[in-house]
Amino acid sequence: MTTVAPPPLRVDRPTSGGGRSGGVAWMAVPALIMFLIFGVVPLLGVLALSFAQWDGIGEIKPAGLDAWQSVLSDPGLPHALWVTFVIMALSWLFQTPLSLLIGVFLAGHERYREWLAVLYFIPLLLSSAALAITFKALLDPNFGLGSGLGVDFLNQDWLGESKLAVGVVVFVVSWQFIPFHSLIYQGGVRQIPRAMYEAAQIDGAGRMRQFFSITLPQLKYTIITSSTLMVVGSLTFFDLIFVLTAGGPGDATRVLALDMYQRGFMAGLMGPASVIAVILVLVGLGLALGLRRLGGRGDESQLEGA
Amino acid sequence: MELSSISRRNFLNLAVGAGAAGALAACGSSGPGTSGGGSGASATYWYLTGAPGEQIRKDTVDRFNKDNSDSKIQGTAYQNDAYKTKIKTAIGAGQAPTIIWGWGGGGLKSYVEAGQVEDLTDWFGQNAAVKDKLFETSFGPATINGKIYAMPAETVAPIVLFYNKEVFQKNGAQPPQSWDDIMNLVTLFNGKGIAPFSLGGQSRWTNMMWMEFLFDRIGGPELFQGVFEGKPNAWSAPGAKEALTKLRQLIDANGFVKGFSSITADSNADQALLYRGKAAMMLHGTWTYGSMANDGGNFVKDGKLGWMNFPPVTGGKGDPSNTVGNPGQYYAISSKATAEQKETAKKFFKDAVLSDAEVKEWVDSGAVPVAKSSQSMLAASKDAEFLNFVYDISTKAKNFGQSWDQALSPTAAEALLDNIAKFFQKSIGPDEFISNMNGTIGK
Repeated sequence: MTTVAPPPLRVDRPTSGGGRSGGVAWMAVPALIMFLIFGVVPLLGVLALSFAQWDGIGEIKPAGLDAWQSVLSDPGLPHALWVTFVIMALSWLFQTPLSLLIGVFLAGHERYREWLAVLYFIPLLLSSAALAITFKALLDPNFGLGSGLGVDFLNQDWLGESKLAVGVVVFVVSWQFIPFHSLIYQGGVRQIPRAMYEAAQIDGAGRMRQFFSITLPQLKYTIITSSTLMVVGSLTFFDLIFVLTAGGPGDATRVLALDMYQRGFMAGLMGPASVIAVILVLVGLGLALGLRRLGGRGDESQLEGA
Repeated sequence: MELSSISRRNFLNLAVGAGAAGALAACGSSGPGTSGGGSGASATYWYLTGAPGEQIRKDTVDRFNKDNSDSKIQGTAYQNDAYKTKIKTAIGAGQAPTIIWGWGGGGLKSYVEAGQVEDLTDWFGQNAAVKDKLFETSFGPATINGKIYAMPAETVAPIVLFYNKEVFQKNGAQPPQSWDDIMNLVTLFNGKGIAPFSLGGQSRWTNMMWMEFLFDRIGGPELFQGVFEGKPNAWSAPGAKEALTKLRQLIDANGFVKGFSSITADSNADQALLYRGKAAMMLHGTWTYGSMANDGGNFVKDGKLGWMNFPPVTGGKGDPSNTVGNPGQYYAISSKATAEQKETAKKFFKDAVLSDAEVKEWVDSGAVPVAKSSQSMLAASKDAEFLNFVYDISTKAKNFGQSWDQALSPTAAEALLDNIAKFFQKSIGPDEFISNMNGTIGK
C-alpha cells in the first residue's frame, strides 16, 4: 500500500559486463504470487460476495444489487464514512507535527537522543488490543485514573461521550503510531546533506529559519510517505477501536471497518459487509493515488541550488 | 490458539490446491471426515469462560473423560461476547466444534436452517429419562418447528433486580415496589452521590434487559410476541411508546451510573459498582450472584445483597410475576461431526451433563440448574434463600420470556442492539426507535 517516492537521481543501467544483465523480472514472481493469493483472490471473493446474500452459516445465494442498494440507502454509511474521515483527519493533524518535531529532535547524534529514540519506540511494540485494554482501564469513569488519583479533570466520561470518545481514539492511535512516524522523519532528516545547513549558517540563518527553509522542504517526500501511511492506515483501524469503544457510544466511533465487521459477523449480513469492504478498498486506493499525485512526478531535483 | 490451528489448516488446503503432496489432503479440512474440528473419536466442545461456570463446565468434561478413556472430549473456553462471533464464523467455515454451546432461540434457528446441527428429537424419544429429568419450560428455545435441536443444560437465569442492602439502610431507602418508587429512588440516591443503577452499557444486551421488563410490565408479553412473530409494525403496538418514554425519563434523570456506556459486562465492573456501594441497584441475570459471591469479598456472605423481581408499573398490563432471561443454556451437536464424535457427544449428554455431581456444583455456585433433581438440593445450600427465590421466579412466572437478542434472528438482534445503544445514548428518541425497529421486522 505504501508509495515510496523513487530516488531523485537516475541511475544509468550498465550496458555491458557484470554478468547480471539478464532480466530480473522473475524476481518479482514470489511477491506477485503472494499478492495474487492473499490480495487479489480474496478481493475478488469479496466483490462476488457483495452481489450475494449470505449469513455466514448457510448457503450463498446470488442476490444481484440488493446488498448495494441496502447499504447505499442506509444512513449508517455516510455516518461511518464521516467518522472514518474525522478520525483520519484528526489523527493526521495530531500526529504529523508531533512526529516531525520528535523526528528532527531524534536525528541529532548525541547519546541521550539515541536513548530517548529507543524509549519513544516502545509504544509501537505493544499490541493494539493490549493498548486499548490498558487505556480503557485507565479511563474507566468509576475505577480509572481520575477517581483513583482524585483528579477531577481526569474524571470525565472519556469513552461514554461521543466527542470525547473520538478524541480518545485519536489520542490512543497517535500514541501508538507517532514513534513509527518519528522514525521515518528521523531517517529523512539524516539524509539531508550537511552542506546545506553549513551554507545557511554562513548566510546567517537561525535555527528556525533553517528548519522552515531547509529541513521542511527537504522532507517533502518523507512527509508524503508518512502521510500516506497514516491516511491509508487509518482506514483499517479496527482492533483498537473495537476493544476501546466497540464503535460506541451509540455509533459515535463506528468507522467503516467496524461497520463492516458488525454487519458481517454480528448481524450475519455478509453481502452488505462485502459492499463496505469494496468501498473501503476504493477509498483507500483513491487516497493513496491522490497523495501520490501531491508529490509531483518525482523526477524534479530536490538539490537545486545546493 | 484455535486461530493458529485454523490458519494452519487453510495453509494446508492451499498447499493441497497448489498440487503439493496428496498425502497432506488428509490434514485438510475440506473433507467431511475431519471438519468437526477434532480428530478421531475425541469430540470437541467450546464453552464460556467466567467464574463459576467455567470451572463447572470443565469439571463435567473431566469427569466424563475419566470415565470414558476411549472417547474423550476436548473443551476450550471463550469469553462471552467474543464467543458469539467466533462460533458463528466457525460454523460457517465448517470448523464447528462437535458440541455447540449456545442460548437457543434465533441463533439456533439460523444453524438449523443451514443444516448445521443435529436433530435430537428421536434421541430424546429414545432417552426419555434424559428428557424427564429436565425442566419442561427449558425446551422452548431448543425447539424449532416442532423439533428439538439442542439439549437444555446448565442453569435457568431470569433477570432480577439486585440491590445493596447496606446502601439502602444507610440512606433510609426501601426497595422499590413500583415504577414511581424507582424514579423517587433515583432522585434520592443521586442526591447522595450514589449511582442509582449500575449498568454495563457497552455490552448493549445489558441495556436491553431494561427494555424487556418495561415492555412486559406495561404492554404485557404480547408486545414482544408480536415482534417475534414478525407482525408488521409490531413495535408500534400499544404500550411500546409508553415503555420507551418511561425508560427515556429514567435515562434523563441520570438513573444509570456515570459512564455506563463505556462499561462492559464481561469485565464485571458493573457488579463491582454494586458490591462496592458505588451504585445502589442493578438489573442483571441471576448468574451474577455467583460472581459477586466470588469477587465481592464478604458482600454476599454477610447478607448485604438484596434481590427482588422487577416491580410493576402502575396501570400496566403485564403480570407482576412475569420474568425474562435465559430459560437455560443449550448444547447442540454439529451435523458436520463424525459419527463417532456424535456418539461421544450424545454419551456426554446422557451421562455427564447435569449429572448429580454437576447439579450439585451449580447449586453450590448459587444457581438453579434446569434439572428437576436440583429442587431437593436447594434447601441444603448455603445460598438456599436466593436459590429458592430463583426457583420460584422461574417456575411460577406466568410468562418466562427469552432474552430478545437470543430469541430473534442474528440480523434482527444486531439491529435491535444497535438501536438500543443509540437510544441509551439519547441519539434517538422513542419515536425514532419505533420506526427504526419496525423497519427491521421480518429480517
